[in-house]
Amino acid sequence: MKARVFVTLKNGVLDPQGKAIGHALNGLGFGQVGEVRQGKVIDIELNERDEAKARASVKDMCEKLLANTIIEKYEIELKG
Amino acid sequence: MKTAVIVFPASNRDRDAAVVLEQVTGQKPYMVWHADSEVPSDVSLIVIPGGFSYGDYLRCGAMAAQSRIMRDVKAKAEKGVAVLGICNGFQVLTESGLLPGALMRNADLKFVSRDVGVVVEETQSAFTRRYNKGERVVYPVAHGEGNYYADPETIARLEGEGRVLFRYAPGENPNGSVNDIAGILNEKRNVMGLMPHPECACDPLLGAPDGLPMFQGLVEALG
Repeated sequence: MKARVFVTLKNGVLDPQGKAIGHALNGLGFGQVGEVRQGKVIDIELNERDEAKARASVKDMCEKLLANTIIEKYEIELKG
Repeated sequence: MKTAVIVFPASNRDRDAAVVLEQVTGQKPYMVWHADSEVPSDVSLIVIPGGFSYGDYLRCGAMAAQSRIMRDVKAKAEKGVAVLGICNGFQVLTESGLLPGALMRNADLKFVSRDVGVVVEETQSAFTRRYNKGERVVYPVAHGEGNYYADPETIARLEGEGRVLFRYAPGENPNGSVNDIAGILNEKRNVMGLMPHPECACDPLLGAPDGLPMFQGLVEALG
């Protein structure tokens, strides 16, 4: 099973990188661009077939290492 | 008094810390490698130095916080051993939960490397007892992720309990930190983290030795 973890800053936490990207996109003429938030994607190969177990263990990984839950939130996507 | 400096791959201010520790204690500190399991038990002060531990992978300090030696640093901190985290060391302390909050990208996205004015806000600690309350000192900073953030309740607690030890002088906040916070203390008042580098302001050859009283005060309090 493969897991994809999306880690992004929580709403309300200032994201200066996202802001800089937004400014750059506006500068390139993409006038329709509003707020931009930047995050990261982490792909994990898991030696686990049970989806519930896989989700639980990836959640544990997020809490312990992959995200800093003081400033970040995470989403988990699993693929068979 | 015995001291220790934790050395991670890509620590780079570990030897600056060692020089000042030897100067104030008269003894070389233990240089403890991150993969070791224990800090020697006769140590009264542990310094987590500046640098770019583990290449700042994932988040600054995140990998170092999971290293084997940090389990023992946490255990010793709980027993009351003083821990000083400087710059990357501060990031390691927040990532490992020894200090609240987090250090984010500098608000203007620039790495800052220069001297800054810092105000000593609180002298009721082993780290700041040799300073005067409200004293303005100059320490160098060198970081890209020093923007201190915590939720409003945590900030209110830190402020209310006299745990903000250092604040950037008015108009000199180099990174966008909430309330201009430069350094904070844990609840038990034995763990301190700050972004500026007092250990690099200890030799008159390098400018005003404004960092020296921190280390002299620690020896006085713990020695």
